[in-house]
Amino acid sequence: MIAFLIKRLFHALLVMFVISVIAFAIQDNLGDPIQQMVGQSVPESEREALREELGLNDPFLVQYLRFAVNAAHFDFGYSYVFNQPTTDVVLRHLPATLELVAATTFLIIALSVPIGVYSAIKPRAWLSRFFMGVSIVGISIPVFLTAIVLIQIFAIGVSWSPFPADTGWGAWLNDLISTEGGMPAYGRGDPVHVFGTWETNFASLEGLTYLVLPAISLASIMLPLFIRLIRAEMLEVLQSDYVKFARAKGISPRRIYFLHALKNTMLPVITVGGVQIGTLVAYTILTETVFQWPGMGLMFLDAIERSDIPLIVTYLMIVGLIFVITNTLVDLIYGLINPTVKLTGKPA
Amino acid sequence: MVITTVGRDTDNNPSGMERHMTIKKTLLASVIGAAMTSAALAPAAQAETTLRMAYDADPVSLDIHQQLSGGILQLSHMTFDPLVRWNKDLEIEPRLATGWERVDDTTLRMNLREDVEFHSGNTFTAKDVVWTIERLKRSPDFKAIFEPIESASAVDEHTVEIKTKKPYPLLLNLATYIFPMDSQFYSGEDESGKDKGTISKQGSTYASSHLSGTGPYEVTDRQQGVRVVFERNDEYWDEQSPGNVDKIELTPISENATRVAALLSGDVDFIAPVPPNDLERVREDDNAKLVTMTGTRIIYFYMNQDRVEPFKDKRVRQAFAYAINQEGIADRLMKGFATPAAQFSPEGYAGHNPELKPRYDLEKAKQLMAEAGYEDGFEITMMAPNNRYVNDAKIAQAIAAMLARINVTVDLKTLPKAQYWGELDDRAADMMMLGWHADTEDSANFFEYMTACPDPETGAGQYNASNYCNPELDKLVADANVELDKQKRAEMLQQAEKIVYDDAAVIMLHWQDLAWAADTNVDLEPIVNVMNFPYLGDLVVEEED
Repeated sequence: MIAFLIKRLFHALLVMFVISVIAFAIQDNLGDPIQQMVGQSVPESEREALREELGLNDPFLVQYLRFAVNAAHFDFGYSYVFNQPTTDVVLRHLPATLELVAATTFLIIALSVPIGVYSAIKPRAWLSRFFMGVSIVGISIPVFLTAIVLIQIFAIGVSWSPFPADTGWGAWLNDLISTEGGMPAYGRGDPVHVFGTWETNFASLEGLTYLVLPAISLASIMLPLFIRLIRAEMLEVLQSDYVKFARAKGISPRRIYFLHALKNTMLPVITVGGVQIGTLVAYTILTETVFQWPGMGLMFLDAIERSDIPLIVTYLMIVGLIFVITNTLVDLIYGLINPTVKLTGKPA
Repeated sequence: MVITTVGRDTDNNPSGMERHMTIKKTLLASVIGAAMTSAALAPAAQAETTLRMAYDADPVSLDIHQQLSGGILQLSHMTFDPLVRWNKDLEIEPRLATGWERVDDTTLRMNLREDVEFHSGNTFTAKDVVWTIERLKRSPDFKAIFEPIESASAVDEHTVEIKTKKPYPLLLNLATYIFPMDSQFYSGEDESGKDKGTISKQGSTYASSHLSGTGPYEVTDRQQGVRVVFERNDEYWDEQSPGNVDKIELTPISENATRVAALLSGDVDFIAPVPPNDLERVREDDNAKLVTMTGTRIIYFYMNQDRVEPFKDKRVRQAFAYAINQEGIADRLMKGFATPAAQFSPEGYAGHNPELKPRYDLEKAKQLMAEAGYEDGFEITMMAPNNRYVNDAKIAQAIAAMLARINVTVDLKTLPKAQYWGELDDRAADMMMLGWHADTEDSANFFEYMTACPDPETGAGQYNASNYCNPELDKLVADANVELDKQKRAEMLQQAEKIVYDDAAVIMLHWQDLAWAADTNVDLEPIVNVMNFPYLGDLVVEEED
């Protein structure tokens, strides 16, 4: 176990090293940070002086070594835009992203398991077909569009009146398909401070309303995938011998479905899920931009727009770290629920 | 939820309340509805007028000398006061300076307002003005435009004398950039032993996170990239100001669609800029109003004479100018959100020459090309940003298509601004796009940066990516810059515009319009202006009934 964790630690360091080298190598293509820092009419001599001061004129290797030595001391440099240590900036934006990912994960689990299981048990029911149809649509609509449509319907409101409004039934039908909006269209509102840089939206109903639309649009990518995955796995498990045997033995269908079958269904789902949580963090860039959710994704996009190279490098390294950590956790959990898997690779 | 945070919306606005609470029971809404009703019942804030506004970005620093940019100037006008400022008709209006007189050709004496206090409680005196001008001359961003100033000195507590190196006609224009800072507050050493007055682009300074000005608002809370909260300065000297906003919450919303949605959904009361694609949508909304104005930022293309031999021929450059249909671009591509231009100076500037009109004439263009011997055209490269100006990439495509009609083949590349600026510095393409706003609100600025013969020593022609050089024009502009007679000076600058037009030094396209939008109860018109720094101190928000 300890050997496994140490191995993963080296793994994480290696990932971060590779990411930092790549990020440094491409920095020249990310634009000139000086242009973002000074006004348009600033003379070239001033720009040159600033460039020199920031060490941007040094050769690649010198710049990288300076960065690497500092990074070894947990000093990742100063953000050009925020004028603060990049780690502080990232840590300040991290809770917002983690909360969004947590809310999304909750939505996905709460919806995909019952729906997936139901459509496996009753594959021919019209409700199952409906879910499968919707999930195809869900997969194929870009997050950006989902988000904009959600904002229009639930934040701004839409009023349609295809039916005659002067009749009772027409007005009722019109009302049914129209919305008055009212959901917050952007941001986190006034999150409650917990400790350090962590401010939470989970503490009040008001805070939760801010989470609803961003979490739904972020979930819209992963949810269909998980419903389909759970359904397929469950269908397979239901064909297996031990389920047939259990049925023959007269065990109640409920117990078969939710205890024996579901447990084995979840094994591959957890593997995929762990990897997807990392992907979810990446997708937050889009969702956070549309909803102006003040998390790491929005911060990263701003950093790219302003060529804030130290912040870009730090973000990429931290996201790399998050990937390694979630994968490690998944492996640990996998070991717990499937004892035949040995983490260290030694024979059982 | 918005409701708990805002006084104005909750106090006497039952309709607004209703708007937030009554969501129709659609599939999802029934779940949300339960959550929202209870949120709406939370205690209301005290009765104060709050303006929630969203810009595309928040100020990068609280140090108003760290960067010369629109965002910083907007901040300056909220938290500081300039010595003088522009009114809506581009005339100078007294603020902290109450009067001024020229002592001689190079000296201006200004009388300062008495009984003005900084946010810190310190009294505003001539010493603060002198200190601020000296700091401006140290600021990398401002020192270039303050170069003409030799020195400033305090004559007495409330009189200051500004000396220029040469007779300088634009001293009052410069005074709009002098926002006196609290010299006592910004002097001494901070906790880490650094001078509090330090200006730095890198690393945090005292001034980048602390602010004391004389302005209508104080900064009470700031989370960079998330929100800035301003509260009304109770001791504000300008009692004539009609402004009644007690609190401003500024949120940066960089995504255009979201900014508009935030306004339409009632989450914010005031947004800028309004993206051109959403102008109609905002205009037609019953709860919002739109204010647009002809801007002062000229959008144009360079033709690099160093890279392309034919561009050295005046007839070719003119042919290009004749081939471009500015009105078509402003009409169709910009949907009327631009004013077609044939010169740098917008209306209201001294150098604006009313005779110069866009000259689209395809036949004439073809004829000129033939005369120059380029009937069959040639190939050029073109670059433009794709996220800097309104519709920048589309404009470049339209120009490329128009040039194809005079047989010029354009190899177009558009790129994000972060990358584009570097390419522009390297003069990486034959035709490149730029938008320019004169920091001095004066025509001479255009010629100094864009058409002056490039000289790395003096910094002249820093943005002359055409490599156009006309000593006669340079002489005219230099003379205008020491001409104190306003009328004569205007004539000289108009003559300069004519030369640029006749020489077709660059291809003018249009002045980009400006747009702001707000709730109907926000009285926007009186406080917005072509410089695009709304005087929010004077903003009136009417009570909703």
